[in-house]
Amino acid sequence: MAKVKGAIVVDIEKCKGCSVCIPACNQNVILLAKEVNGKGYQYAYMENPEACTGCVNCAIVCPDGVITVYRTKVEA
Amino acid sequence: MDIKDIIKPENIVYQKTKLFTEKPLSYCPGCGHGTAHRMLLEVLEEMNIQDKTVGIAPVGCSVLAYEFLDIDMQQAAHGRAPAVATAVKRLMPDKFVFTYQGDGDLAAIGTAETIHACNRGENFTMIFINNGIYGMTGGQMAPTTLPGMRASTCPFGRDTEIMGNPLKITELLAQLPGVYYVTRQAVHTPNAVRKTKKALRNAFEYQKLKKGISFVEIVSNCNSGWKMTPNQSNKWMEDNMFPFYPLGDIKVPQLEKV
Repeated sequence: MAKVKGAIVVDIEKCKGCSVCIPACNQNVILLAKEVNGKGYQYAYMENPEACTGCVNCAIVCPDGVITVYRTKVEA
Repeated sequence: MDIKDIIKPENIVYQKTKLFTEKPLSYCPGCGHGTAHRMLLEVLEEMNIQDKTVGIAPVGCSVLAYEFLDIDMQQAAHGRAPAVATAVKRLMPDKFVFTYQGDGDLAAIGTAETIHACNRGENFTMIFINNGIYGMTGGQMAPTTLPGMRASTCPFGRDTEIMGNPLKITELLAQLPGVYYVTRQAVHTPNAVRKTKKALRNAFEYQKLKKGISFVEIVSNCNSGWKMTPNQSNKWMEDNMFPFYPLGDIKVPQLEKV
């Protein structure tokens, strides 16, 4: 069966580190980085990229719309 | 499979709509305004009416909306957005007109304009962001502040004996015959956001019928005003706001059978 793999790209400089995307992710992929961006916010990043399914839940709740979601099918 | 193989332009499934300007949003981290803006723009983009839409943004946190939304916008005095929208819609009946107001604007300062525009049955869409507080001016008590809820002008919680009861303006407006469609939604979880988008789509579709106001209330958080983190404020909103402001459709038009 084909498996679905996803990935997100966060616009780091526009992310405000509100962490609303973290509970929205059912796969627990996202965490806040230890580093900060130019404005001093800890930005969201993929802590666990293997688990991402590209369900777009994080991008849909992101108040600043900084998350772009990619999804592809992988033949197992 | 490497992440680099997934991140390719042809694999994009979701990105920020092109109708946003490049400017970063000025709202606080975690504020529901950004999500509400995005859902609104996605609906306009899907209906392909972005060049036929005029938005009215009055005073409040949404006062700078015209800097972020790449559509025609008009600024209005505090609370007077329904009056301006009435004029725009009457002069240009082919345009899609919406107002984007907060609770202090729509339910306090602009109550007269809101009620009379609704009662006249003007044909525009009203988007009402309800966070139970005056967010922009520093978290003062609004008409929609819940009993016992703290704000900077009622630091020990709203005492209904002195300060009166919170106002359910949406239920009030739903009783007016000039109002065609009324719904209450939220933007704190993915499911709620999808429902909000559907509600906004309905609101703009109903505007085409020219049968009256379509009214969408969005219960939102104000984590700065409530003095909480964004996720705490979303939880607080679920526990306290939703019992008083239940989500769902309040007035759905009975479509005429052909």
